[in-house]
Amino acid sequence: MQAYLTLTRRELSSYFMSLTGYIIISAALFLLGFSFVDLLKQLQREPTPMPVTELFYMTWFFWLILLVTTPVITMRLFALEKFSGTFETLMTAPVTDLEVVLSKFTASMMFYLIMWLPLLGCVLLVRHFTSDPGAIDAGVIGATFLGIALLGSLFISLGCCASALTRSQVTAAVISLVFGASLFLLAYLADQVQHQPDWQSQALACFNFFDYMHNFARGVVDTRAVVLMGSLTLFFLFLTLRIVESRRWK
Amino acid sequence: MSDGLMIEVANLTKRYAGRTAVSDISFTVARGEIVGLLGPNGAGKSTTMRILSCFLPATSGTARVAGFDIFNQSDEVRRRIGYMPENNPLYPDMRVREYLKFRARLKGLSRTRTRERVDVVMEQFGLTEVQKRIVGQLSKGFRQRVGLADSLVHEPELIILDEPTIGLDPNQIRSVRQLIKSLAQTHTVLISTHILPEAEMTCNRMVIMYEGKILAADTPDNLQRLMSGNSQVIAEICAPREVLEACWSEMAEVEQYDVAPAQGEYCRCALTPLDGVDLRPRIFAIAKERGWPLRELTRSRHTLEDIYVQVTRPDEEEA
Repeated sequence: MQAYLTLTRRELSSYFMSLTGYIIISAALFLLGFSFVDLLKQLQREPTPMPVTELFYMTWFFWLILLVTTPVITMRLFALEKFSGTFETLMTAPVTDLEVVLSKFTASMMFYLIMWLPLLGCVLLVRHFTSDPGAIDAGVIGATFLGIALLGSLFISLGCCASALTRSQVTAAVISLVFGASLFLLAYLADQVQHQPDWQSQALACFNFFDYMHNFARGVVDTRAVVLMGSLTLFFLFLTLRIVESRRWK
Repeated sequence: MSDGLMIEVANLTKRYAGRTAVSDISFTVARGEIVGLLGPNGAGKSTTMRILSCFLPATSGTARVAGFDIFNQSDEVRRRIGYMPENNPLYPDMRVREYLKFRARLKGLSRTRTRERVDVVMEQFGLTEVQKRIVGQLSKGFRQRVGLADSLVHEPELIILDEPTIGLDPNQIRSVRQLIKSLAQTHTVLISTHILPEAEMTCNRMVIMYEGKILAADTPDNLQRLMSGNSQVIAEICAPREVLEACWSEMAEVEQYDVAPAQGEYCRCALTPLDGVDLRPRIFAIAKERGWPLRELTRSRHTLEDIYVQVTRPDEEEA
């Protein structure tokens, strides 16, 4: 436990000790700002019954931020340690592989959530300038952040896995970007076929992340989505653990 | 539990795809010894150390550290060793004190113990004045000290150092050697190097490796004795050349001799004795008896360099 906490702390602080963390946050903030401008324009046009978070989700900037930042957040986790050789000092300390994987995942997850905090600011800003305080509901915001966290954990566990595979940060980022984009396209495909009655389409429709996230943004917490994304995250973390362990096979 | 033995390696083999890095080696290291793993690059030193530090698995064979199996009880083993890999990798973005604190906590030290130990090792390795500096901006010598401090911070029973002096300037090498020597009383140390004088100066025992095998394992003195059985004796004596040659040819212990004129009226005699005979007292006695001035009498000592070259290049003469 002590090793896990120590490692998590180091991993998280390493984002802020180098420029990387600040660059990722500013890039995300830039995109978030864009989407916010978009959102405000929509609000000016006509009154809408949708919650602000749903309006934000509808701008699609959410997906752009998710797809672009998660590979960058996760690329250094294992690849840099392997490249610089610190992986050796790390693994010869009395720590378990599980602790290492979990601490890296936790730290990048925390950083990811910190990166999304400005969204809360945007929402509160809207709330401040709208006359109706009921326009923004804590439950809806909570559900949106739950959705952001769940999708984030899926993409970040994917990134951990990619980073554990290679010594090169660039390769790690490309692998997780490709797989992330594939998940995105899978969701797109699922979205297209979800109304067709055949079983293949219905099976594919399970991966309609667009729909899931849309629900979260509306304030609807769908347990199917929670279970799916939670178990996919666990699956990728398990895979990462096996990759880290694999050096002890042979 | 095996008493007195820190490392027991038995028939250890490590094969990478298509290449055998370490082939069926066995050796032991007793508690409190400083043992040098010596060999040219690619001899399997680093691989052996990585296996002992539980970073890599062995293909076959077993090894125990402090009585614990390195594969099945790797956690216990890792708690007891301080390992500094080759090239001493560190996190360049951390500060010295912060890094040592992080490592100490990672190795399971309590908060108060961490503070104590970090202060102690920083003092021990002269890092106190750079404790707030960023590791990546330190000179190589200081970084090496940070690595050494890290390997000692949790007071391990065994310290494994892979080429601890590589890339340092002579002054830094000297100070690192001094540091290693200072560990001798309280710790068991296994260091690897391909620099001979280093092993000669710091180690109680040397294990010479070549192409994954152990060629020789003994104390530096014994290795030397092994080689210097029939080393030449050089004597510079002031006497006519013919007289000297006649004298040496009469001596039964002299297997071979060579007399050459040297500076002044002296002659330089190079004498090869029979196995195990020390000619020096005899020569002195003869010189005294005949009243010859004697200005030099030495036995050409085989340096470990010769031993090293000889054992690590076994088939050079055949080639």
